[in-house]
Amino acid sequence: MDELLKLLKGNALETPADLARMLNLSEAEVKARIAGYERAGIIRGYQAIVNTDNLDLPLVQAVIEIKITPERDGGFNRIAEHISKFPEVDALHLMSGAYDLLAVVSGRDLKQVALFVSAKLASIEGVLSTSTHFMLKTYKEHGVLMQAEGNHERIQVSA
Amino acid sequence: MNASKSPRSFVAPYLRDLPRSGIRDFFDIVSSRKDVISLSIGEPDFVTPWRIREGAAFALSHGATTYTANRGLIELRRAIAAYIQRRFEAAYNPDNEILVTVGVSEALDLAVRAVLEPGDELLYHEPCYVSYGPEVLMAHGVPVAVATRREDDFRLTREMLEAKVTPRTRALLLNFPTNPTGATMTRAELAPIAEFVREHDLVAITDEVYSELTYEGAPVSLAAFPGMKERTILLHGFSKGWAMTGFRVGYACAPPELSEAMMKIHQYIMMCAPILSQRAAIEALRSDSDTNEMRASYRQRRNLMCGALNDMGLPCHLPNGAFYLFPYVGGHGLTSKEFALRLLDEENVACVPGTAFGPSGEGYLRCCYATELKAIKEAMTRIARFVKKL
Repeated sequence: MDELLKLLKGNALETPADLARMLNLSEAEVKARIAGYERAGIIRGYQAIVNTDNLDLPLVQAVIEIKITPERDGGFNRIAEHISKFPEVDALHLMSGAYDLLAVVSGRDLKQVALFVSAKLASIEGVLSTSTHFMLKTYKEHGVLMQAEGNHERIQVSA
Repeated sequence: MNASKSPRSFVAPYLRDLPRSGIRDFFDIVSSRKDVISLSIGEPDFVTPWRIREGAAFALSHGATTYTANRGLIELRRAIAAYIQRRFEAAYNPDNEILVTVGVSEALDLAVRAVLEPGDELLYHEPCYVSYGPEVLMAHGVPVAVATRREDDFRLTREMLEAKVTPRTRALLLNFPTNPTGATMTRAELAPIAEFVREHDLVAITDEVYSELTYEGAPVSLAAFPGMKERTILLHGFSKGWAMTGFRVGYACAPPELSEAMMKIHQYIMMCAPILSQRAAIEALRSDSDTNEMRASYRQRRNLMCGALNDMGLPCHLPNGAFYLFPYVGGHGLTSKEFALRLLDEENVACVPGTAFGPSGEGYLRCCYATELKAIKEAMTRIARFVKKL
């Protein structure tokens, strides 16, 4: 991956001026390249990585394995696109292996997610079965550890 | 009855007279303060890559708790031989030319003690790592510093060495990339140095600990020049390139006779390097990917910090290696130490005065960019504010 993209993936708040310095580019060049990535749909957005475990929120997340019947025209796409449009669905992937789609779904509580699965997902024509796993705790998200590693007794001055 | 002597009088005079490291003085001052942004730490800010830690943990859980062969685990020595061949194009036999040590520090001590007779002179370039001079003194040798200059990007030339060589000169110690200047030497620049060593019949000791942190071009060691392997002791370790300072593991590559001499000391004083660190080192050498990622990150931070320092009027060359910047701060009527102390006092930013690395470091400050990006940015803001007030 391009160094600029890597840096932005690590911290989207880096300023073009600092990015330019780090990469030995001009600020205008950095801005132009970011704009290019946005236009090409390579950069889809900018978000904070939030550790929701630390927020006292009514929020549960589940991963759902979904088996579907591929269709003659379009294979898995029609059903996958249908499912991905629900706001409850945070992420959706076509998978190899024992099931076809993996959805990450969030809701207020267990009941709400269960209702979404039974009423919305399972009832879609072509969905053969679903299997829901609720998440209990997040250790790492987007490559970021939710609990920083201890610095022990690193000394402040050394040769 | 004898009057009781003071405990100080029991200390061997040569050691009593050995000056305390300037780093330790500065450490004491910094430690007494709170919320300091420290650019004065000489180690990576990365935790050791997980695959290496995991390898050490696996070894521990499988009972790796014994001594190893004095020279180190043969599997590690073979991995080192392959690595040195690939990186420096120098061939060493793992059976009798490679010795695993407790960090490069031990390896340096062994090398110096193995080649110096009392009164022998050892040449080294300065500003340099704080241990070189004292190391030689503790081996009862005579350290002879060769000052390098900013206008040469702190590189060493044959002329500088010729001016200092005497009939008592026995060895030359090189450290490129250099702590604290980040200087590197190309093959063409090292060639006359190799000639100098051969023509004066000296031993070369090369401290390659920062070689993985070379930004442009491949690192070059004197050991790889024709006719040099037989008179070179190549020192290397895992602390910097693999972020493994706490493992304390390094090694020395040398022709069999020199290696055996070092081995003699090592066997009596150390027995062997800790087995867990050796197992971690084996894991470290299995892949370059972590080192490559860390190097890329250091390079970005180097660029950022170097640009900021030059912008605020502290002239700084862009170093090609290690993770230090060595800006010139002598233009404000303050010594390095005064500058560093006032910066600490007024802005709570700690940088090491250049004089900690030898008198030729006067006028400079060592700023380590192996520091979190956010802290670097804040430190640059504070240093700029400080400089404006001067």
